[in-house]
Amino acid sequence: MRRAYFKFSWIAAALLAPQLLIIFVFFYWPSAQALYWAFTLEQPWGGGNTWVGFDNFRKVLSDPYYWGSVRVSVIYALATTVLAMTMALTLAIFVDRQLVGYKAYRVAIIWPYAVAAPAVGLAFQFVFNPGAGIFSYINSIAPGWWDLSKYPWQAVTAIVVAGAWKQVAYSFIFFLAALQSIPRSLTEAAAMDGARPLRRMIDLQLPLLTPTFFFLLVINITDSFTDSFGIVDTLTGGGPFRATDLMVYKIYADGFRGFDYSGAAAQSIILMLLVMALTFVQFRYIERRVHYT
Amino acid sequence: MIERTPILNLATHVILIFGLVIILVPIWLAFVAATQTLQAVNSAPVELWPGDQLWVNLQQAWAQSDFGPKFVNTLIVAIGVVVGKITLACITAFALVFFNFRGRVLIFWMIFITLMLPLEVRIVPTYAVAANALTPFQTIMDWTGISWLITALSGVEVALEWNLLNSYTGLILPLVATATGTFLYRQFFLTIPDELVEAARMDGAGPLRFLWDVLIPLSKTNIAALATIMFVYAWNQYLWPLLVITDRASYGMVVVQLSDLVPDQLTTGGGTPTWHLAMAATLVVMLPPIAIVILMQRWFVRGLINPDK
Repeated sequence: MRRAYFKFSWIAAALLAPQLLIIFVFFYWPSAQALYWAFTLEQPWGGGNTWVGFDNFRKVLSDPYYWGSVRVSVIYALATTVLAMTMALTLAIFVDRQLVGYKAYRVAIIWPYAVAAPAVGLAFQFVFNPGAGIFSYINSIAPGWWDLSKYPWQAVTAIVVAGAWKQVAYSFIFFLAALQSIPRSLTEAAAMDGARPLRRMIDLQLPLLTPTFFFLLVINITDSFTDSFGIVDTLTGGGPFRATDLMVYKIYADGFRGFDYSGAAAQSIILMLLVMALTFVQFRYIERRVHYT
Repeated sequence: MIERTPILNLATHVILIFGLVIILVPIWLAFVAATQTLQAVNSAPVELWPGDQLWVNLQQAWAQSDFGPKFVNTLIVAIGVVVGKITLACITAFALVFFNFRGRVLIFWMIFITLMLPLEVRIVPTYAVAANALTPFQTIMDWTGISWLITALSGVEVALEWNLLNSYTGLILPLVATATGTFLYRQFFLTIPDELVEAARMDGAGPLRFLWDVLIPLSKTNIAALATIMFVYAWNQYLWPLLVITDRASYGMVVVQLSDLVPDQLTTGGGTPTWHLAMAATLVVMLPPIAIVILMQRWFVRGLINPDK
């Protein structure tokens, strides 16, 4: 810990004030407001909100559409995470071999990080379009077989592929950095013991990547809950038949199109608890269990 | 270390090229679509090689979406967010690290916890706050009876109002709080040796002078790293501007404009979908952040990786 300090004065208070004010107004207040809405119901003819206890939650949790939304969110979270991380790990391990042109490979894999989610959604809408994109090939062989706006499973596949595509770069950057921080002496010692590159990948690099792996697992799942809005909005619009109505999208639709603030707030609270739990797991459990050398 | 592994080397290249193809194919298809005419882009087997209409399509997409002012807006917001985030992160972390006072840890955690409340999750109430950013203070004054007191004493009705909808402030302000940035800066400030602080104090430098003349020059790499990530973050904002800005003609941002380009029944009125224009616009919109990431690759990677470890 630090020994030398400046004396506390109005300067410190003035430096802290802006950020504290902003988080109070735009983070803590809205979160408290969400709690308030979640436990109250607005009177239809005005006259403020009345306390309804857990009624809003009961309503949300007994709504089959909500469970459909939870189901597809979980599918989306797991599928994008598995796809993106597998791809990122494979690419990182092979880029890390630093063969000719590895810098070019690295740039080519990193840049999708900068693409906005709605742009990804729009590009993939073209790719998956039954009439114009690459899937028009399939439709010219078997007409009408591929149509995102008709078949739920195809819509879900589309958002999963688009979401995973967007996530690869982020995981790749972390995996590659972790691989490059493996001490050279370890690799050389293994090589001297006769471990060939493939053996070193399995017995040396993969185990040393465990901390990064767990970290990315949590980050990817959290991101898929919060960051999916842009993709869904431009790619499927939540349809067909609410098949891609992810949790964030449903909160938005219920709150801003249905004006059901209490229902949306109850869903927000549930999602907040979920994100908090995941973040908590990340900081408490993973950081403690896995040691960096 | 010298190892001869010709087969594995070949396999490595094959796997990497295969991976690259998967990553590049969607964007390549979008690019090809942007270079074609309306007829060609809608003909059944998709074209895989670019046509000659790129420039025409770009111009038409640019004009149709009125991208000129929207690029300016996006740039204003992105720069505002970047400058705001870096300034806030820097001064908050400075106060937390170099001043000794009670509640330091508490304040740090209060900022850090905001990581768990991403905008998407608290979107509905945050929008309500943006409609009048002074609501929290009004409510508190009403509850505590201060507004009653003021009314009783001066006869002035207390009604604080500050509407952030349809303004740059509304786009920027809710996005500038930064837990990651503060954390990154705090980590950096913790590595500054005590001797440096003592030397500065002995030379008679106050805290602000120390911050400005010693710490900020030292934290240039930090600034570059944060600026890259935050620029991409701000440029790619979608949900927030979609809600806050209803007056798209004067405050619209480019990424939000993409939602109007989805060629479905609504936009084409049953006509042939204008994929060539939609894809041209998509390319234009995603280019600036991609350029930043590629140009600033080193800083960007460093900024991403440091805060979380």
